[in-house]
Amino acid sequence: MQVEVSGSAVISLLVDNESGALARIVELFSGRGYNIQSLTVAPVDEHGQTSRVNIVTTGTQSSIWQVKTQLERLVPVSRVVNLTAEGPYVAREMALVKVVSSGEPRTEALRIAQAFRARAVDTTASSFVFELTGSTDKLDSFIELMRPLGLVEVSRTGVASICRGPQTIQNF
Amino acid sequence: MTRSTGSTTLNARITTTLPGAEVLLRALVEQGVDVIFGYPGGAVLPIYDALFKQDHIRHVLVRHEQAAVHAAEAYARSTGKVGVVLVTSGPGATNAVTGLLDAMMDSIPLVCLSGQVPTPLIGNDAFQEADTTGITRPVTKYNYLVRKPEDLAPAVHEAFAIARSGRPGPVLIDLPKNITVGDAPYVDAKAVTPRTTRMTTQPDRAAIARAVAAMKAGKRVLFYTGGGIINSGPQASETLRKLVALTGFPVTSTLMGLGAFPGTDRRFLGMLGMHGTYEANLATHACDVLVALGSRFDDRVTGRLDAFSPNSFKIHVDIDPSQINKIVHVNEGLVGDVGQIMALMIEEWEKQPAYAHKAELEAWWAQIEGWRALDCLRFGQDQAPDAVIKPQQAIQRIYELARQTGRDTYVSTEVGQHQMWAAQFFRFDAPNRWLTSGGLGTMGYGLPAAVGAQIAHPDALVMDVAGEASTLMNIQELGTIAQYRLPVKIFIINNHYMGMVRQWQELLHGSRYSESYSDALPDFVKLAESFHATGLRVTRLDQLDATIAQALAHDGPVLVDICVAEGENCFPMIPSGAAHNQMILGPEQEASSATISKEGQMLV
Repeated sequence: MQVEVSGSAVISLLVDNESGALARIVELFSGRGYNIQSLTVAPVDEHGQTSRVNIVTTGTQSSIWQVKTQLERLVPVSRVVNLTAEGPYVAREMALVKVVSSGEPRTEALRIAQAFRARAVDTTASSFVFELTGSTDKLDSFIELMRPLGLVEVSRTGVASICRGPQTIQNF
Repeated sequence: MTRSTGSTTLNARITTTLPGAEVLLRALVEQGVDVIFGYPGGAVLPIYDALFKQDHIRHVLVRHEQAAVHAAEAYARSTGKVGVVLVTSGPGATNAVTGLLDAMMDSIPLVCLSGQVPTPLIGNDAFQEADTTGITRPVTKYNYLVRKPEDLAPAVHEAFAIARSGRPGPVLIDLPKNITVGDAPYVDAKAVTPRTTRMTTQPDRAAIARAVAAMKAGKRVLFYTGGGIINSGPQASETLRKLVALTGFPVTSTLMGLGAFPGTDRRFLGMLGMHGTYEANLATHACDVLVALGSRFDDRVTGRLDAFSPNSFKIHVDIDPSQINKIVHVNEGLVGDVGQIMALMIEEWEKQPAYAHKAELEAWWAQIEGWRALDCLRFGQDQAPDAVIKPQQAIQRIYELARQTGRDTYVSTEVGQHQMWAAQFFRFDAPNRWLTSGGLGTMGYGLPAAVGAQIAHPDALVMDVAGEASTLMNIQELGTIAQYRLPVKIFIINNHYMGMVRQWQELLHGSRYSESYSDALPDFVKLAESFHATGLRVTRLDQLDATIAQALAHDGPVLVDICVAEGENCFPMIPSGAAHNQMILGPEQEASSATISKEGQMLV
């Protein structure tokens, strides 16, 4: 048998905004042993009846195909698109990063934050809360740089994603 | 008013307002329901009261909620309709869980109605409260908690559409008591657009043409048919027969697919897989084109995956896209209704150039006949009049004597050795006659299933081929059989062991029969009599036929305790972790199976 390479994929779903819909999706992942690296969900239509779920998952190509077909079986799920497989897409997330320090590390943190175009959304004499938006990689490296500079807490949203160009999730 | 129940669309004005319980029953009647299997309790009293006041729907009172689900499964599988279950909240719903998963695994269309505490009490640990939608989410195709009166009728209509569409399965509707007591608007089924319409796909004609071209190029083609053909409806079984007649290719079947192709036809090789026939398994191993029709490459079928049908071009027809390439990588996946796709295959077969490998097909058949000549199901029954009955002998004679009656016959089983022997020895000529728990392997399935089948087919011969251990798991259903005077024939193949457990302990665990002996069994004859049925017992070969015939001739329920040889094992057998060409054919080969690897031991 061929050994398949594992990779990560961004899957976007449109689901009916009903109670239990998210539980169905999450339980499908845990019940079948698939990974969830991050998950975001929020209503996206004008009546609040449809939610968009973005899931970053890892696995072999065939297991990610399985994830997609299994998700498509769920009654409240109206659309499933593997953005990674379907072409160019934008995937962004936001992080709030708290740094507690003074003296040289504090100045250095602020300097790096400026380089990353992070905003200080809360400032006290001993702390900063930086808000940073970007790709998962960018957030990862920012957090790594903050670690020796007094990093005490991180809150991340997980990935929101959308395909590039005029195409929408509806016409895949 | 345009929307309700998430996104179920309502297209029409509401016409009538009725108490919720009446709205529920009216929707069931509109969906064609004539029988409900259920058990009352506090949270469903309003529904039972409404049932009392009408005469469109018959209620069958079971003795345990699990049995209600199995009875409804058998009702559904033997009629092609959706089975309906009604249970109360809390323990009523949790008792139904095993049955729901059984239906999920075997793709049986069901709607289960469960009571729930009133909506203001949900989440307060009220009496007989359970998070039923939470508990049943992984064991149903979909479930609802009806929170608003206007959601009730649309939920019922959509539930039936979901249960029967695509790959069928169980749907649960949780009904808080204030919803069934209070008023609710009634809407017609045609006013509801179920979300199942999102999932429909058209068969891919080009892919079908490629699949048929591969079949035409094949020299050793094999059809591997499954329960999907049964689910597609009797028409699909007819189409399969035409496809086989046209091509002349051999057919093997999964446990769930038995009856789709006539078991008595020479082109049928018997069941494949762990306890499949020698010819079916070797043909699966040796074929050059394998056509899977409504089957899902279950682990009981494939055995060791890397050695499963190693040199074949694989075509897989399934209505559920998630089944394609799930376990076995296939060369051509065709998504759609198997009956429809087989019909298109026939069209395509007639359109493409004639089959050019007639000589090779003859050689393929000669090879298969060679395997068949081994007579892998043979068993050495001592013919002395007082000889101990072998279980295989008992099951073969039940089959033959039932066949001689000429009656339309439905057979349910429990789970274990007797189930596999029944699958091997019964030869079904029609679909929907074989009722067994395949995917989940639920002991205690057979007796309630016989109840459901007999309710659906009051004039047919309904038999439960049972083991003494399994049948005790739902033996209380003798009460249901008595109450409704169901002339069910129960044949207990009594070997005093959980036979399949004992067989595996013999094979894999040095014959240490840990907890697999059926100790302290009841006197089954007296047990039957105490439930107002006829009890018979047979212990010697010369009484076997007469006893079976006596049971079949009786017009009421009969339980026959057939005391059989205790040590008999079910063969052929592909031991866990082995390939199809490494079958154990009989006890003489069993010793060599001591070499089963640790990896094999880990498999179930």
